[in-house]
Amino acid sequence: MTTFAPEREASVRTSGWTEPYVHIDGVSKAFRMGQETSVAVSDVSLRIRHGEFVAFIGHSGCGKSTVLNMVAGVYPPSAGIVRVDGKPVTGPGPDRAMVFQSYSLLPWLTVEENVFEAVDAVLANQMPMRDKRARAERFLRMVGLWEHRRKRPAEISGGMRQRTAIARAFAVQPEVLLLDEPFGALDALTKGTLHDELLALWRSDGRRQTILMVTHDIDEAVYLADRVVVMTDGPAATIREVIPVPLSRPREKRAVMHDPRTLDIKERLLSLLQGSPAENAH
Amino acid sequence: MMEDVTMHLPSGVALGRRREGARDRLYARLARGTVAARSAVRSAGWSLASLAIVLGVWQLVCLTVSRDFPSPMASLRVALTLLSGAFVRVDGVPGIGLQALASMRRIAVGFSLSAAVAIPAGVLIGANPTIRRLFDPIVQVLRPVSPLVWFPLALVAFKNLGGVSSSTVFTIFVTSLWPTLINTAVGVSSLPTDYRIVAKVFRFSRWRYLRRVLLPHALPYVLTGLRLSMGTAWLVIVAAEMLSGDMGIGFFAWDSYNAGSYEKMIAAVVVIGGIGLALDRGFDALYRRVDHQGGSR
Repeated sequence: MTTFAPEREASVRTSGWTEPYVHIDGVSKAFRMGQETSVAVSDVSLRIRHGEFVAFIGHSGCGKSTVLNMVAGVYPPSAGIVRVDGKPVTGPGPDRAMVFQSYSLLPWLTVEENVFEAVDAVLANQMPMRDKRARAERFLRMVGLWEHRRKRPAEISGGMRQRTAIARAFAVQPEVLLLDEPFGALDALTKGTLHDELLALWRSDGRRQTILMVTHDIDEAVYLADRVVVMTDGPAATIREVIPVPLSRPREKRAVMHDPRTLDIKERLLSLLQGSPAENAH
Repeated sequence: MMEDVTMHLPSGVALGRRREGARDRLYARLARGTVAARSAVRSAGWSLASLAIVLGVWQLVCLTVSRDFPSPMASLRVALTLLSGAFVRVDGVPGIGLQALASMRRIAVGFSLSAAVAIPAGVLIGANPTIRRLFDPIVQVLRPVSPLVWFPLALVAFKNLGGVSSSTVFTIFVTSLWPTLINTAVGVSSLPTDYRIVAKVFRFSRWRYLRRVLLPHALPYVLTGLRLSMGTAWLVIVAAEMLSGDMGIGFFAWDSYNAGSYEKMIAAVVVIGGIGLALDRGFDALYRRVDHQGGSR
């Protein structure tokens, strides 16, 4: 961690941090579309510590998914660098498991095969086949899908598909979990259940994973995250403000809902998001 | 089911979950059965109707334009005698069934060889832009070349390597390469980015990527290609056999024409069409089994 400038290091200490685990450092991303170049994300910097849950919130098209994809290594930043555990990100890898809004399960594999293939690929020679099978089973049981293990993605509901994707992500024991609007396509009730299942899975692993989640749902962001990163509207989106959510864990939905701090945070987030001219864009 | 009085209750009221599931399954099966039976009757009706149109037009042609043309009835009589001796030799002349089998054997060899080349080549071309740029002109130039050109070329090339029969097989091989190759390439190159990312995130090996991601996605495309290739092969075999004068259903049709027995020719046409239809349906059934886009199998 010697690469940090000294004054930055100092500011890190004052905010009560140890070293950042995920370090997004001056990252920008421009996309070429034919002749034109459009800047999606401009100069985003963020330090995320190990085991922290950070939610990125903003209007659609504000580049929050772009940031996540750069942490995933789907594409490289145009400028700046992303480091995870001190090492620059050069491509996707199992230390940073992803969950997409579109589930991204392989439709020709069963629920069980989807999880098992990932476990088998990531832990190739690290454990015997029997243990890999057991691991896939354990995570499928944790999300309540063991009974449905022989079904294909097309045969189960959206909520169940996303549970499968979450089980697959946790089952490979990643250091970082990247959730790209994971609950965006689900109804409110399913969403609520999945929030708790996600927190339960995370807790059962000792909250070892560092989680980055992109969302446009304020309630979701406040309930799940330790910090909420509010993005400005694109093009050339950047971080507008970072709001801490100092609620203790484990969290319980009703308690969080009635906590006066929650209301303050939501108020703050709402004004930040409404204060932007995005409404006109739609 | 009739004495099950709880049947009308809203689900979950009186029935346990398990029984409810069993009941739903039974209903689904009954519904599927009825639907299947009904659609079978309906499609048989359509087939009969289209057959009636063909026979009507045929009879009309015989009565008006061409009095030499064999009528449906006369053709049917000849066809029945041909079919009754389809798989025997009379005076050393093989029956129509044996002729058709000879053609199918040739197709089996040519088509299998072509699939064995076209599928891997299609995967490479679809997956690798450099290879695609390199081979696309070759494919586009060779694809429209007629089998009538391939056959004499093959005769020259295979003069000392089995001659005529190799040339027929080679013509089948070349002409049925392209649909499979092109469809496979399209299937491979249309793999959604999400699946590619998934394979990268979970560090799939090359082999696992091929077996679990790329090939399952491309399979329906490959089958469509094979189906089109099979159609082409069946078209081409008849032409090739007319040129080669070898045994086979195409030769049989040509030979019957030369002998002036047009009823036999028509019987050959019907056999060619029937086998073509059966092969096509076979591939269609296979396609339905692997088409994941449609959801549950």
